[in-house]
Amino acid sequence: MFLINCPYCGERDQSEFSCGGEAHIVRPKQPTELSDDQWAEYLFMRKNIKGVQFERWNHAHGCRKWFNMVRDTSNDKIHAIYKMGEKPPVE
Amino acid sequence: MTKFRVNKTKYVDQTKSVSFYFDGKSYHGFEGDTLASALLANGVHLVGRSFKYHRPRGIMSCGSEEPNAICQINEDTDITEPNVRATEIELYEGLKASSQNCWPSVKFDIGGINNLISPFIPAGFYYKTFMWPKSFWKKIYEPLIRMSAGLGKSPTKPDPELYDHKHVHFDVLVIGGGISGIIASKIAAKNNLKTILIEDKNILGGSTIYQKNENYKINNKYSSEWLNEEIAELKKLDNLTIKTRTSLAAYHSYNYLLAKENISDHIPLDKRNGGIRQRLWKIRADKVIVATGAIERPLVFNNNDRPGIMLSNSVKKYLDFYGVSCGFNNVIFTNNDGAYETAVSLKEKGISVEIIDIRKKSNSKIVKNAEKLGVKIYWNSTIVNTYGHRKINSIDIMNLSEDGSNVVGDKNRINCDCLALSGGWTPMVHMHTQSGGKLDFREIDQTFIPNEIDENHINVGSCNGDFELDDIIKNTNNKVKNFLKVSENEFDNTSVLNSKEIDKRNIWLLPNYISEGKCKSFIDFQNDSTAKDIKLALREGFKSIEHVKRYTTTGMATDQGKLSNMHALGIIADTAGVKMGTLGTTTFRPPFTPLTFGSIVGRNVGKFFDIVRKTSIHEWHSQNNAKYENVGQWKRPWYYPINDEGLHDAVQRESKAARDSAGILDASTLGKIDIQGTDASEFLNRVYTNAWSKLEIGKCRYGLMLNEDGMVYDDGVTTRLGENHYLMTTTTGGAANVLSKLEDYLQTEWPELDVYLTSVTDHYSTASICGPNSKKILKKIFPDKDFSDDAFPHMSYQNGKIDEIICRIMRISFTGELSYEINIESQYGKSLWEKCIEAGKEFKITPYGTETMHLLRAEKGFIIVGQDTDGTMTPIDLQMDWIVSKKKYDFIGKRSLYRSDTIREDRKQLVGLLTDDPNEILEEGAQIVSDMSKKPIEMIGHVTSSYFSPNLKKSIALAVVKSGKTMKGQKLIVPMENKNINVTVSDSVFLDKENKRINA
Repeated sequence: MFLINCPYCGERDQSEFSCGGEAHIVRPKQPTELSDDQWAEYLFMRKNIKGVQFERWNHAHGCRKWFNMVRDTSNDKIHAIYKMGEKPPVE
Repeated sequence: MTKFRVNKTKYVDQTKSVSFYFDGKSYHGFEGDTLASALLANGVHLVGRSFKYHRPRGIMSCGSEEPNAICQINEDTDITEPNVRATEIELYEGLKASSQNCWPSVKFDIGGINNLISPFIPAGFYYKTFMWPKSFWKKIYEPLIRMSAGLGKSPTKPDPELYDHKHVHFDVLVIGGGISGIIASKIAAKNNLKTILIEDKNILGGSTIYQKNENYKINNKYSSEWLNEEIAELKKLDNLTIKTRTSLAAYHSYNYLLAKENISDHIPLDKRNGGIRQRLWKIRADKVIVATGAIERPLVFNNNDRPGIMLSNSVKKYLDFYGVSCGFNNVIFTNNDGAYETAVSLKEKGISVEIIDIRKKSNSKIVKNAEKLGVKIYWNSTIVNTYGHRKINSIDIMNLSEDGSNVVGDKNRINCDCLALSGGWTPMVHMHTQSGGKLDFREIDQTFIPNEIDENHINVGSCNGDFELDDIIKNTNNKVKNFLKVSENEFDNTSVLNSKEIDKRNIWLLPNYISEGKCKSFIDFQNDSTAKDIKLALREGFKSIEHVKRYTTTGMATDQGKLSNMHALGIIADTAGVKMGTLGTTTFRPPFTPLTFGSIVGRNVGKFFDIVRKTSIHEWHSQNNAKYENVGQWKRPWYYPINDEGLHDAVQRESKAARDSAGILDASTLGKIDIQGTDASEFLNRVYTNAWSKLEIGKCRYGLMLNEDGMVYDDGVTTRLGENHYLMTTTTGGAANVLSKLEDYLQTEWPELDVYLTSVTDHYSTASICGPNSKKILKKIFPDKDFSDDAFPHMSYQNGKIDEIICRIMRISFTGELSYEINIESQYGKSLWEKCIEAGKEFKITPYGTETMHLLRAEKGFIIVGQDTDGTMTPIDLQMDWIVSKKKYDFIGKRSLYRSDTIREDRKQLVGLLTDDPNEILEEGAQIVSDMSKKPIEMIGHVTSSYFSPNLKKSIALAVVKSGKTMKGQKLIVPMENKNINVTVSDSVFLDKENKRINA
């Protein structure tokens, strides 16, 4: 069970959060101009890697805020947590 | 006092007798005994039968590793519990325990026949045998296996006991109250860290607490004396919580741990007073210090499983802690120095003991001590056989060859009534590996020890592979100091005197003159797997330890192989000729010892199992005989039977009343989201398929929400309350999900929008009044209001007042009738409802439930998201093209509406179905076919909603059918189990196609 440092509330139990899948997939600004394949890429394709992954998390049973998390899926180490709109850490 | 109680100790109060029953026979023990020690004190060794061969088995250990002595506690009561280890259950007055897995009795067990036919039931026997003939499986094999499977008996009644959960946070958690755990706790607590120490026994001190041997001294005192003083000091520390009778169950990531505290399991049943039985501690600790100790290994040789064969250190504990001698003619079989402490303890109390040691020599102090006391030692020897049916009575020993691979010379028979085994120590690395830690293999004593990289937990003491007293104290002190970043302390200059072990020898499977196939050398005592089984599995091609484990069931019993896993690994390594370290171990999974279901669920039982949501009008519904339907967590009135009316009759009556005069529905459960902000209109434009910018203030509009994949997600009416203020309604079940979906888009995709969302579902209660007389009823409630179609048209909203209480009145309709919804703050919900009922009396206003609501809307062909849709329906599939804006550049799901898959003509589409026999009601979910002749018959759709309409006097149904749009008038078939129902595809609107009733 992770201990997640919500950027708005502080450290809370994982049971208060829900994971929203891969982060930094931006909704296309002009969906109508995309081909089926390009739209499918946005709609369906998600990475599920072993190793460092960028994820969206929501403090669902808390402040209801979304934020981003860098997590190593192989050992569940959380490397960074940052707010929506902030740049992901380089390392 | 029985003759086996030879020693007075301070841990067992021999002035306080406790009576108990085992297998129906009455015995006496003392306060402080465990069931196991009390049985041993009464000379009872035989306590159970093994699982597969039903061999007689005795108490083997004194702790959680016990494989044999597992009992049914308090059989035939509500609180009976199977598979309880006799070594862990504290004795109390009136305790009733019985042995398991034997019939008719533990002394004479019919299943013992399995032992005689054992050559024919090797590893994998079940897999190999019950394959054929196939027809035998259901009638013969399965009932047979089920009858012999399982150990104890499950309770048959609901558990009457209370269980509890507790969430706690600590700076430091120390697991294990042995010597290293005590040192660690003291350092932590004295350095101002909020510390918790948990220990599964009822007292602290581990195995050091009863150590009284000249060879083991700390600061010139017996190690037990020194430790007792430490414990006394420890108990005075303020910021230390000590929890005894608390065993760690699981170590999850981020130092989140579960521990089970036994609160009343040691108290006589009549004194428990209905208190909490067990409490599950959910501990989040900044730092975790694991000090779980080590488990002594047995040795694997022929017939090593008879009652009276025990672990050496357990024999010592029964003697020095409980005052019980397990035998008067003891033999110890060992490969290490540790067993000599047991020998010295026995000898000092004048009890006969001899030692068989597989080593060629050992010159350590403790061995010299034993020799000096006159203990006879057989060096370089092994046991080749044991005798005695219900208890061991003699053994055969032989000399080992130089390399230990064989036996040489003559057999020598020795009589004994207790055989103590010591095959070295296995560090309890369970917690370390559960937390994600890895293990290293240490060749010198063939142990897996923790490889520490996690900066937030360490292992100290014998679970870290430190087995010598001086190493334990020195290393524990240094490691804990480093870990907690504290400087010098009281343990820095502790002087320790102890015997050091130098000579080591380990043989996983001891050699024998008897051929391997005829030896029963048990590895897993509880599941009866032998060395032979392991070798068979290897010969049959199993290579991975995980596969061998499952094939032979080694380590898969309730003890999870605490005693057996290392031997299985060792024998695999030796047989396959590989290094043990490269084999790895099987996975250690939580819980460490079995947890009760009660402790897992805690208080979340009965009415606390799930939340029940009731509207403010609930009480009225109950008083008026409502039957309820669960919608999400809500209790919604389903129908209101009069007298003994059934569902069908009640719904027919309610539906008719709603169309003929007036009906009233509690619509409070619909999700309500308050939307405010300067970009609220733009936001709605983006989330709904239709356009919102031009909706006037005071007007309502129906909206359809899609997922990004184009499929219908939710629907509802949204009202514009002000320039920048909307009230959205959602489906009852979808409310929470819609809110989080909208929040997601707002926060992550459109942070530039100035919009705020608030769930107000619980804030307002809603009474929905429909029917041709509804206007008259509203007029009575709001006499000052003009309800004419011009002043208050369909799809509009106005505020009204009841006794100074402002309410919102929406003229919207889900039934197709003239209809109003009155929203009022929840605390007035019931009063509003009663006012409506009172005002509607002269019009025979009829309360109706969800079933009637579903029927009424089906007559109008209105969909219910989640009933007529299933996440694969687009608005086009629903024939709702009219609600999809062509002008808007974008909205959620728009692009997906013209993906190659969503524009297929042969998608399932919503249609109406009329049965050829108007009285035949289709079953919801029934499949629809068009051609019965071609096999396999193609299923082209299914029925989603089906009712008998009292207003149309015929059966109506909604269905989704492939290419349904083009099939109007076509005949289809709904095949049922015993008949085929002929249907005709129709329009999905059955009643009032012209929408006249809305303005009736």
